[in-house]
Amino acid sequence: MSRRLLFLLPLMTLALMAGFFAWSLLVGRDPAAIGSVMVGRPAPRLDLPALAPGEPPLSDAMLRTGKPVLVNFFASWCAPCLAEHPLFMRLKEREGATIIGVAWKNKRDDATQWLKRLGDPFRTAGLDLEGKTGLDWGLSGVPETYAIDGNGIVRLHFRGPITERDLNESLLPFLKGAK
Amino acid sequence: MRRLAPLVLGAMLAVFASAWAVEPSEMLKDAALEARARTIGQALRCVVCQNQSIDDSSAEVAHDMRRAVRERLTAGDSDDQVFAYMVARYGDYVLLKPPFKMSTLVLWLGGPLLLIVAGSALLVAAHRRRQQSPTSPQPLTAEERQRLDALLKP
Repeated sequence: MSRRLLFLLPLMTLALMAGFFAWSLLVGRDPAAIGSVMVGRPAPRLDLPALAPGEPPLSDAMLRTGKPVLVNFFASWCAPCLAEHPLFMRLKEREGATIIGVAWKNKRDDATQWLKRLGDPFRTAGLDLEGKTGLDWGLSGVPETYAIDGNGIVRLHFRGPITERDLNESLLPFLKGAK
Repeated sequence: MRRLAPLVLGAMLAVFASAWAVEPSEMLKDAALEARARTIGQALRCVVCQNQSIDDSSAEVAHDMRRAVRERLTAGDSDDQVFAYMVARYGDYVLLKPPFKMSTLVLWLGGPLLLIVAGSALLVAAHRRRQQSPTSPQPLTAEERQRLDALLKP
């Protein structure tokens, strides 16, 4: 009796593994996802020179105005940034969202030209030439977007370009719900 | 010449093994600090390249992280403080050696536990088999004795 069970053991193991793999595939589990430790915490320090010469520098106060703010790290050399750019234009024009841009490892002229050519969705933009602010924000690359509520707490963190789906399922509900 | 082959291979491997992505311009002048930075850098995971340490990766972020490690060390941080600095920004994901906590319990204890379970199962099975097949032969029953006698009768 127990001998028959012993023969079933490899089959059961196989079934267990197949089940796990099927679950991983169907649920869309991504073992490469970095996750974010920023969500639920106060936004990291923001202290950057403005992209446009003569404008006031970016500061923490801009993230604690009582109204939700989006912070978008971008670069003119970044193709996915180009892909998500129209969504930010829409957020600004149709939803009146406050978006702060940070040009990451980008030359001032390149970033300025990029915004001039495509349209500027940002309330104000800063320049993080060496990527030091990016590191403080737990950035892995561009583009990445943070949604910060009126109290300066990070509520959403998108790694990679935002999509139409992100907009409809997370960003718009956040902007409507946050005070 | 033949005998030299392993040596040459060994030397080549040694060269490859030390082919870090750490650029000379990044290195600290203080050799002791730089050595600590290397040890830390090899234990930190580059966040965009799956399973490379930041010392092995030439990604932009890995470069920034190496620089930050050196800045922290120069500022007088201990190794643990540098790790904490990175974990505060990127979470446990940056540690190539995952910490021991509730969410990693299966990872750390699963292997040894399986070994113990399988090992004790093997021991139990071996013990049973020995009991079932005793080494000393059983005496014949009366019926068997009769059959044997009949067979051996000339």
